[in-house]
Amino acid sequence: MNSRTATLIRLVKRDKYLLLMFSPIFIYYLVIMYFPMPGVIMAFKNFTPGKGIFSGDWVGLKWFIQFYDSIYFWRLLRNTFLLAFLPLLFGFPIPILFAICVVEIKNRAFKRFAQTITYLPHFISTVVIAGMLINFLSPTDGIVNILLEKIGLERVNFMMEPGWFRTIFTSSDIWQSFGFSSIIYIAAIMSIDPEMYDSGKIDGVNKFQELWHLTLPSIKPTIIILLLLSLGGIMSVGFEKVYLLYNAATYETGDVLSTYVYRMGIIGQNYSFATAIGVFNSIITFILVFAANQLTRRATNMSLW
Amino acid sequence: MKKSSTDLIYYGLVYFITCLAILVTLYPFLYVVSVSFSSVSAIDKQQVFLYPVDFTISGYKMVLQYKELWVSFYNTVWYTVVGTTLNIVATCLAAFPLSRSHFFLRRKLNFFIAFTMYFSGGLIPLYMLLTTLGLYNTRWVMVVPVLVITFNVMICRSAFEGIPKEIFESASIDGANDITMLFRLAVPIVKPTLAVLTLYYAVFHWNNFFSALLYLGNQELQPLQIFLRRVLIMASPEIMQRMGGATSTGALAVSSLQVRYVSIVVSILPIIMIYPFIQRYFVKGITLGAVKG
Repeated sequence: MNSRTATLIRLVKRDKYLLLMFSPIFIYYLVIMYFPMPGVIMAFKNFTPGKGIFSGDWVGLKWFIQFYDSIYFWRLLRNTFLLAFLPLLFGFPIPILFAICVVEIKNRAFKRFAQTITYLPHFISTVVIAGMLINFLSPTDGIVNILLEKIGLERVNFMMEPGWFRTIFTSSDIWQSFGFSSIIYIAAIMSIDPEMYDSGKIDGVNKFQELWHLTLPSIKPTIIILLLLSLGGIMSVGFEKVYLLYNAATYETGDVLSTYVYRMGIIGQNYSFATAIGVFNSIITFILVFAANQLTRRATNMSLW
Repeated sequence: MKKSSTDLIYYGLVYFITCLAILVTLYPFLYVVSVSFSSVSAIDKQQVFLYPVDFTISGYKMVLQYKELWVSFYNTVWYTVVGTTLNIVATCLAAFPLSRSHFFLRRKLNFFIAFTMYFSGGLIPLYMLLTTLGLYNTRWVMVVPVLVITFNVMICRSAFEGIPKEIFESASIDGANDITMLFRLAVPIVKPTLAVLTLYYAVFHWNNFFSALLYLGNQELQPLQIFLRRVLIMASPEIMQRMGGATSTGALAVSSLQVRYVSIVVSILPIIMIYPFIQRYFVKGITLGAVKG
């Protein structure tokens, strides 16, 4: 027996309980996470269901080219990007603004009330959020259309109009998340040294100057990190909300890569084609996460890995 | 202390924005609750805006009689309780070995699980795998594929790493092995972190819709979210009639709008009831996530 094997046996003996502990986790990762990975080669094959993942002839980039040549390519790319980018663009500043306001409120009961109420939507499921939207915007008995008619405007069939999809998606996203997202900014503002504010008061600065020259610069690192982190997720818009809100009439503005993969793969059983689009999506996402991480590292000397 | 007029404007804006935020968040819920308690005729005449008109609980009586609601409710509770319990146990089992600095496989296994955060087989291969394993249309398909969330393992590992080494050293002199150390020493110390992770996992299971959409065709096993989708989004006429106690002509005994809004209230209620208890963990939870990015 050579010395390497001897060392290994000694280590295994010493750490046997740690190995025992980790073994179910190892099996879980191996089966659920690693077994499906070779499945991506389906994207380069002509897969037929029932014959196993590795069956079928090699077709090279056929599915990728077919996807690129279809009318869906640019549409899905645009929609996937916009449905992640618009909530970021319009939704990013709002939690900061709200946090700045909340910390200024002196009445503790009112402050607590404001926080309790605005955090709540974060915990409501996507199905209920989508259900509320569809029912509020319903052309027959939705509250929005009832109110529109009351003030003398035309009723709008919001969920069937491609032009409304992005607005509905973005604004409801902001509604659901701004309160909960403000928590981290509130924590950042609360951790600013109070003495800085005291010295500001002695110098006679007003509240607006205090906000601009003291509060905002102090939470700037937090803002930058969160902004860069969210940039990484810009091609990974959630499947669920789009799936629940869109319909054939709004595919033009609502259909995204993940919903298309679902329709092609799970519903249509075009496994190879759907896998190819999934691979395409993963590559873009990976590049974006990587780029965002590089940016974060440059800007703040912190990184994800 | 005297305040200048600019400061008054500032505080005016602060309270205006805060009140606006409260109003915008609260009104949709207020409206849903109002409709759920209003009479059918008031709803039909579109008189309900801010508070219940002709207060009645008939909508609730109708919806709560519906068996499918209770079946799906039970299923969701099952998935949440079993799923979260397994999650917490598995997260500790995964995180503890990775936190022990002397463990000879620590770096390799860290990479082994972190790799899955950046690369995966994607939807279709996983779908085929779970179907092949015979998990389709079983309860386990809702809990086994998400035994742990890698990111949460990382958070738990950091918490274990924060425990002073001396505690473990003295325990090992007393003859404790790693399993005793994990459950007797480490877990009680990181309880606050585990509470936050429990919250994360439980909310995930309660709201999980995607797994059920993919893997649960059997109505007897479907969770509340799938049921809600049928009521709220597909507004299935068949359900509406059965829930609304349809008459022979097919007309609804209660407003279908009311059935939908009562269902929303019923599904949100459990979350609102435990909300005060979990609220104190929010700040800790958010900062936990932020440290690791």
